[in-house]
Amino acid sequence: MSRPGIRHDVRITDTTLRDGSHAQAHQFTEQQVRDTVRALDRAGVEVIEVTHGDGLGGSSFNYGFSHTDELRLIAAAREEARNARIAVLLVPGIGTVDDLRRAHDAGAEVVRVATHCTEADVSPQHFGVARDLGMETVGFLMMAHRTSPEDLAKQARIMVDAGCQCPYVTDSAGALLMHEARARFEALVAEVGDEAWVGYHGHQNLSFGVANSVIAAEVGVKEIDGSLCALGAGSGNSPTEVLAAVFDRLGISTGLDVMALLDAAEDVVRPYLHRWPKMDRNAIVQGWAGVYSSFLLHAEHAAERYKVPTHEILRRCGELGLVGGQEDMIIDVALELARAREEG
Amino acid sequence: MSDKVPAAIVGPGNIGTDLLAKLARTSSIEVTAMVGVVESPGLDRARAAGIPASAEGVDWLLAQDPLPRIVFEATSARAHAANAPRYEAAGIRAVDLTPAHLGPMVCPAVNMPDHLDAANVNMITCGGQATIPVVAAVSQVVDVPYAEIVASAASRSAGPGTRANIDEFTQTTARAVEEVGGAARGKAIIILNPVEPPMIMRDTVYCAIPGEVYDDATTTAIAGSIQAMVARVQEYVPGYTLRADPQFDPPRPEWGGRGRVASFLEVRGAGDFLPEYAGNLDIMTAAATRVGELLAAELGAGVAA
Repeated sequence: MSRPGIRHDVRITDTTLRDGSHAQAHQFTEQQVRDTVRALDRAGVEVIEVTHGDGLGGSSFNYGFSHTDELRLIAAAREEARNARIAVLLVPGIGTVDDLRRAHDAGAEVVRVATHCTEADVSPQHFGVARDLGMETVGFLMMAHRTSPEDLAKQARIMVDAGCQCPYVTDSAGALLMHEARARFEALVAEVGDEAWVGYHGHQNLSFGVANSVIAAEVGVKEIDGSLCALGAGSGNSPTEVLAAVFDRLGISTGLDVMALLDAAEDVVRPYLHRWPKMDRNAIVQGWAGVYSSFLLHAEHAAERYKVPTHEILRRCGELGLVGGQEDMIIDVALELARAREEG
Repeated sequence: MSDKVPAAIVGPGNIGTDLLAKLARTSSIEVTAMVGVVESPGLDRARAAGIPASAEGVDWLLAQDPLPRIVFEATSARAHAANAPRYEAAGIRAVDLTPAHLGPMVCPAVNMPDHLDAANVNMITCGGQATIPVVAAVSQVVDVPYAEIVASAASRSAGPGTRANIDEFTQTTARAVEEVGGAARGKAIIILNPVEPPMIMRDTVYCAIPGEVYDDATTTAIAGSIQAMVARVQEYVPGYTLRADPQFDPPRPEWGGRGRVASFLEVRGAGDFLPEYAGNLDIMTAAATRVGELLAAELGAGVAA
């Protein structure tokens, strides 16, 4: 199996319209998607991810219902993109290959199949269908801080053998310190670098998204994620416009137009932000305690409903070792903390 | 000769071995055979327990005299698809623990009485066994336009079959939430968590409640129905518990003007052969055992043959 050609030193995938969906409580409108895709496309972004934050089929009680059906958003994005290709996220256990076929019909050309970092063996079914559909394939090994670099590389191997063209070190909790990120990048490049690209998806909870992206590029990672205005779960993703500026200063080519991205962030995305992702107490606790970033808004809601502090809920989620997708357990944790307060 | 109904287990793996322990405790079923296709520790365990066991497959089983009246199949969907017609031709009732879905999907607390005459019944999925009773309990009180279940299981309790076809779980369970649970539309989500020590199986059930009927009387009735249903499941799965009272949220615009009830369940296994945390597997063998008891009663246990 071949990997796709990459025209620059690194290729930036923008996930404003997917990871950013978390921060927008999945309320993206078709117009917002059209405007954002047009601006990203104009700035030279080659891959734009558009999906419910929790991936295809994520619209639910557990994760929040979409304002606009994601298939409509994907189709709208496809219409607006002149050069960029549209990517979708698929989390096996939430979305299915039927969802993937529908997304492909709507115009998605890249799929990013996401599993917890130790569970890659639930993904071959989905990679197989994606390759049959002729889609480009990326593998997200989520919560990458939760396993060792060596084991993460073995999981990347499972994905690559199943048809994944680019396994990612996915730091869902924004928890990876620089040396931890570097060790994982190096392990994956050593394991699969001859046949696949390696990618990095960062969150800013401990402010390392951009710094880790620089390390990534230094050690051979070729695909790096960003979001305009950092729009993403927790305190957001590595800001696409900052990545573009930093890589430009470093002389690492991305094909991106820095000024056009700054305009896109400032003039297109900023006006519709529900909140500008920031490193507040709750988000820092997520990076510190290793909590899936998309738990943030759900924890805030549970905190309000059950009168317990958000950061205490999040810390407890970290102690319990909850993984991505277990948003239901946030209510369970809040109930437990509320009971403890009553009894205390 | 015992007056218990004779039964066989086909598939001597972890599930089959755990099922053997549970069936051995019943007063109406006697396991007379454990069947595999190769020699295995499971067959040795059965022999050690005094159960005739063979690696000669269903050919051997169907040559026995007398034949079992019930067979519990814990192999694979493909094997069950091959075996099922042979059981039926021999007049043996089949309780299918595989994803083959040849017969009606059953959950003992909900719809088994409707299918006591079926030649073949299917045990849905682990997540379905844990959550569909709650959906059915809500459906008994109000129309449920939408129900969604989230099953979290310990990574160690999810075998290669489940992992290779995880879509089968979500699609089948969603269908059963509709067909057996009574929701107009169902959705199922499964999460595998590798945390150590392994997490005990957890299931969350969200049911939408039509806005026009959402009031205190309705929520009180729903809560009572859920509690009663949980007690019914506890009769055959003692470790099945609500972690908290059902949680009610009033109608919201973003929920299409519907309210919601959320039920948080824990399924702790009995620890017969499978570890306690593997409530997802235990609830399958416990439910299959219950189905077997109901079938045995139908077939006339206690009546001398």
